[in-house]
Formats: sequence, C-alpha cells, structure tokens
Amino acid sequence: MFPPIPNPEAKPVEAKFGDKDLIKRSASNITPAAQRQTQVAKLIDVSKCIGCKACQVACLEWNNLTEEVGINTGVYENPHDLTPNSWTLMRYTEYENPESGNLEWLIRKDGCMHCEDPGCLKACPAPGAIVQYSNGIVDFVHENCIGCGYCIKGCPFNIPRISKVDNKAYKCTLCSDRVAVGQGPACQKACPTQAIVFGTKDEMKQWADKRIKDLKSRGYNNAGLYDPPGVQGTHVMYVLHHADKPNLYSGLADNPRISPIVEFWKGFTKYAGLTAMVAVAGFGLLHHVVAGANRVTEHDEQEAKRLAGK
Amino acid sequence: MARATEVAPGDAVHKGDPVVVDRYTTGARINHWITAASLVLLAISGLALFHPSLYWLTGLFGGGPNTRAIHPWIGVILFFGFLGLFIRFWKLNLWEHTDNVWLKKIKDVVTSNEENLPEVGKYNAGQKMVFWSMSVLIVVLIVSGIGVWEQYFGGYFSVEQRRVAVLVHAIAAVMAICVWIVHVYAAIWVRGTISAMTRGRVTGGWAWRHHRKWLRELVSGK
Repeated sequence: MFPPIPNPEAKPVEAKFGDKDLIKRSASNITPAAQRQTQVAKLIDVSKCIGCKACQVACLEWNNLTEEVGINTGVYENPHDLTPNSWTLMRYTEYENPESGNLEWLIRKDGCMHCEDPGCLKACPAPGAIVQYSNGIVDFVHENCIGCGYCIKGCPFNIPRISKVDNKAYKCTLCSDRVAVGQGPACQKACPTQAIVFGTKDEMKQWADKRIKDLKSRGYNNAGLYDPPGVQGTHVMYVLHHADKPNLYSGLADNPRISPIVEFWKGFTKYAGLTAMVAVAGFGLLHHVVAGANRVTEHDEQEAKRLAGK
Repeated sequence: MARATEVAPGDAVHKGDPVVVDRYTTGARINHWITAASLVLLAISGLALFHPSLYWLTGLFGGGPNTRAIHPWIGVILFFGFLGLFIRFWKLNLWEHTDNVWLKKIKDVVTSNEENLPEVGKYNAGQKMVFWSMSVLIVVLIVSGIGVWEQYFGGYFSVEQRRVAVLVHAIAAVMAICVWIVHVYAAIWVRGTISAMTRGRVTGGWAWRHHRKWLRELVSGK
C-alpha cells in the first residue's frame, strides 16, 4: 500500500504555490520561476481500478459541480463524455485478449493529463487564461478565459470543454487548491483501491515500477508506464497492463503530441502573418515616396471635355 | 474577347467644367461601406486574437469574451455585404485578354505611365484581382470561420477539422488583410478615386486617364 497522505490540520495553511511559481502563462512572455518546485504527479493504476466512479463523485463534490441527469444508452460511461461539469470520466472497454482468450475489462479514468508541454496553453490567445505552475500543474484561470475554444484545438487528448452557461473552458485542475495546502486531489482521496495515488513525480515513477514488476510477474509482459515523451511527459500518468497498445484503453493516444497544424498556426503563421501585412503596407508607403501620387492632369480633363462634346 | 458593355446601371456622364461621371449608385456605396466597416472591425478583432501583442485591441470591443462573441457575427454581416457587392460587380470584373496585356506592363502601371497601357474599362486588371481574390478569400473565411465558431458549431466538427479550420482561417485572413491594404493604397495613390465611393462620382479627367474605354462607351451611349 502506498502511504496515504495525512489529513490536514484544522487551522488554515499558507498556499504552497501561487502566481510567483508560474513557468508558463498563455499568450504572455514571462520569466519562469527561477526555482522549480518539486514536480507532482497523479498515478492512475488501471490494473487496480474497479470502475466504481468514486473519483467522479469526489470530483463533482470537491469542485462543487452538478452534472445533468443523463440518459442510459446501455453503456457504462456516465455521463457519456467529459463535460464542462465532469472533469473526469471512467471509460470502459471490453477487450478480448487474442493471446489468452480472456475477456478483459479495461477501465481508464479520463481527464486532463497535465502535460509538461501543454498544447492548450500554446493555443490559448488570452493572456493568463492558462497557466502552468512550476510543480507541473496546468490550470485554467477562468476570469481570463474568453471561451474561444482554441484550447480544444491545442489539446492532444481532447479534454477541455466549453460551458454553454458561461462560455468558459473547464477541465481537471489536479485539485490545485488541495495540492497547494499539501493535500492530494479529491479523486485520489476517494479511490477505494489506491488505483489513484498522488505524490512527487519521482515517487510516482518508483511506485509505478513496483506495480509494473508485479503485473509482469502475473503474466502481463507488456505492462508499463504511460508518461508520453511527445508532450515531454505528463503529470497524470497511467500504469497500463498493455502499455504497448495504449489505444486499447478507449482510444488513449499512442503517441500524443501537439498537432503539427497547431504548431504551425501558433509558430510560423503568427509571425509570418504579421510580417506579411507590415511588408505590404511598407511597400505601399515606399512606392508612394518613390513614385508619388498618380494625379489627373489638366490635359486629362480637357480630353474628357473634348470627348463628352459641347 | 471584348464585352458587350463596360457600363453598369447608374453610370452616366454629365457635361460641364469639369466633366462629371457617375460611377457608383447610392445603393452600391452604402453596400460598400457596410462591407468596408465590417472588414475593418473583423481585421481588428481578429488580429487581437491572432497575436498576443495585439490582444489589447479586444478593449475596443468590450474585452476578450465580447470580442470572441462579436467577431463571427460581424463576419456574417461581411459575408452578406460582400455578396451584395459581388452580385453588383462580378460581370464587369470578368477577365479579358487586355487584362493580360495590362499586367505584362505592370512597370508602366506602378510608374503611372498609363499612356502605354491598353484602354481600361470600368475595372483594370489590378482591381479585378482585388475583386476575385476577395471573393475567394471571403468564401474561405466564412466556411472556415463556421468551423471555428465554437459557441454554435463546436459540436459539428471533429477536433482535427477544427484545427485545420483555424489554420486556414488565419492564413486566409492574413491574405485578405494584405489585399485590403493594396485596395486602400491604390485608392489613395490614384488621386481622385475616393470620391467614387464617397459621393459616387469622379471627374471626366479621372475617367479619361484611368478608365478610358469605360468613358468612351458612356459618352457614345452604348
């Protein structure tokens, strides 16, 4: 068992990180915090998940969210997808393993992965609407969000959702408010099987190693850690029994990275576009200075009069 | 291949000193300025969300969320505004053989040696290029714009489609702004042009100098 995080003291505690600990801020040039805090991570051990949805409930509870009553269409997912209120969602896959002939129930807790290289933040046009703290948490700052949906285009995991109520983007915060006072995320606290554990990223990697060894000893030869290098690693990681095929787990991206389209849009286009406009305007100015105005002459007026007749 | 006529409804010559030529009807001018105002507002609000250094422009629209909400609606106005202009102007903007000759002599164009150019009808090749490129770009912008209009159309397109839409939208917008700069510059550079869109008329000398074929046909009452 992973040692549980002790309950907090009753008296208020100073927040352990805040605005001074930013390493990235959307649409802004900032000097990253000189010293990085210890990087944190949530580890989701898919092999230990029983699909009880306690994490979903805890998430709603802690973040004071209410999900609409949905419709049963004969699937386990409830709600059917992530929503502006449901920041985490259990996704269920029935997988018939061709090697063993066993039916495996692969249950993955979906939600923000807190990428080290966050595509949402890269795509966001509103200064300070998305921030990344030096401990790795990627957070949306709603008073700065304009609801454009660019974060959706930037995200390699299809996580952010725009609220139809206030037109702002929502996703898992990794319970940054709880982590700031030394607690783990609400989902982790509620998980009855320790399928969700929380700690420093190094601790989580070590713990994952132990879990992977255990899984391998039980015949899951491809068990492994999901900490995708395409986004420079994530602060939410999975232990997968089939780490060679992440896609089995309700379409978890095999090799996630920020889409090249988004990179091109937010890179080349942004600078080349401004340059092109300034160049065209500059060319016009230059032309006017060199060639001067194209003026109608008195001769032209006389010719027009001659043509128009008496 | 020469067109039957270079004259649009409402064009007319008035004798006098100087000769005055009606170029745009009141309807055409109102149509033009609605489109023009939309395009300027779209450029400002679009640029605000395009580059962080221009984000402060959102202040002109009442902040970021308002800018995001208003921009696509102005786009709808622009689309229908331009559609009106297209219906009015497309015929006289059809490409002709003399336009190729005009383009080959682009050096005489930029140095104002218009005597060396073929006689031009209501529109020269440069104006036609502005017209057609704007026509294409505005269609591209409205189609890609719907793909990016998260509030109403977010659910209709896959994330990948939306990524393509936002990139295409940005590139087309940059091109449209460049074409717009050319359009505005040409109107300033060629003195006497702007009155065509403000009061609807130009002087005979202006028509003789820049659109002689058009003037000839007007005078001959073709």
